[in-house]
Amino acid sequence: MLSKRIIPCLDVKDGRTVKGVNFVDLKDAGDPVELAWQYAQQGADELVFLDITATHERRGTTIEMVKSVARQLNIPFTIGGGITTIADAEALLNSGADKISINSAAVRNPKLIEDLAKAFGVQFVVVAVDTKLVDGKNMVHLNGGRLITELETEDWILKAESLGAGEILLTSMDHDGTKNGFDCSLLDKVARSINIPVIASGGAGKVEHFTEVFLETGVDAALAASVFHFGEIPIPYLKSELKKHNIPVRL
Amino acid sequence: MESTKRKVVIIDYQLGNLFSVKQACDTVGINAEISSLKKDILDADALILPGVGAFIEAMNNLKKLDLIDAIKDTVNNSTPIFGICLGQQLLFTESEEFGAGNGLDLIPGMIKRFPEELNGKKVKVPQIAWNKIYSSSQEWDKTPLTELQKDEFMYFIHSYYVKPTLNDCILTLTDYDGIEFCSSILDRNLFATQFHPEKSGEKGLSIYRNWAKNYNLI
Repeated sequence: MLSKRIIPCLDVKDGRTVKGVNFVDLKDAGDPVELAWQYAQQGADELVFLDITATHERRGTTIEMVKSVARQLNIPFTIGGGITTIADAEALLNSGADKISINSAAVRNPKLIEDLAKAFGVQFVVVAVDTKLVDGKNMVHLNGGRLITELETEDWILKAESLGAGEILLTSMDHDGTKNGFDCSLLDKVARSINIPVIASGGAGKVEHFTEVFLETGVDAALAASVFHFGEIPIPYLKSELKKHNIPVRL
Repeated sequence: MESTKRKVVIIDYQLGNLFSVKQACDTVGINAEISSLKKDILDADALILPGVGAFIEAMNNLKKLDLIDAIKDTVNNSTPIFGICLGQQLLFTESEEFGAGNGLDLIPGMIKRFPEELNGKKVKVPQIAWNKIYSSSQEWDKTPLTELQKDEFMYFIHSYYVKPTLNDCILTLTDYDGIEFCSSILDRNLFATQFHPEKSGEKGLSIYRNWAKNYNLI
């Protein structure tokens, strides 16, 4: 049985973690590398760094961060945020990123998925999709849910797969931040409709939510931020609880 | 005595996560250098062939850089080589990927793609997962896997896998959704893994360390 992956997500701005954290003995709470290392020690299966830097110098700072993460981390990690060209992706690959995640850029230019997959292989390309329910339909949104598109979420995901996405990171904006659990019905529908791995995101608040998403849907991984950052759910405890429910995890 | 430290060349053919491989080497004390030059490959005490991405592009790049014969000659001259992921696949004869053609042909075998479905059940491709490696006929003692327990989790990210013509070279097997495939090989001076040891935590790094120890590289 394949193990289900637990993925902490770190928001990074100008090379520093921006969401608050309260790990004990953490010397520099703002250092993504230190945090990443702690998560790796705790048994995180992968990490996602979301670069929310808005400045023009973003490329340089991101690359420096990716390099220092790669120097200290011996588990896989994905970089997302602001990747719009092959050159962006190549610079990140050469700095040690294992995967890149694209969101708005893929919606604006779907051919980017195809080009990236051709250049670096499908396994390198994660397509992140932010979805929100509008008049009973799941619609793709951009800019963290502020901008609605004309794309229906399930259609867009099928298209992304056919263009060469290697993995889908699906965030429900309706659930994100609520801590009321993942959007299991949508996640299951999506996981059944495609042939590539799906990462569930948005809504994790307690251990039961992870158990639920793995037992009730076909997703391959679950991503969360605040419940890990604030130490509400320690990863070793989460994994041991999942195992009690016979959900395969790497301990 | 510094100058006598044995040199490992990480072959750069413009595909793959060289940074992490170099990092793993540095961590365990391997004197590794990234190069795409023929003369460096011919002079190396050992080679590492990393790689992620497409087989066809990899072989094209190796050809453009004029490295194919250099690698084959060096390895046939009993220089150790360590292939990782796509780097393992390249050691084999040919790929069934459309138009991909021949590999380095250092070990007889085919590169196959995971099927879209098995017994009516969908198979997700690529496999992106921590998955278990277990033994075939070979024992792990004295191999680079010597520090590992059976059923150790390693990190996999791939759509294709190798099917050696002869089973003797298979060091580990892995089961992906009911498909059992060869996840590492050891054959004379050739060692290769489908998984990424440099991304598999401390256990993964022990593979680098023990491979290097076995050839007195550290």
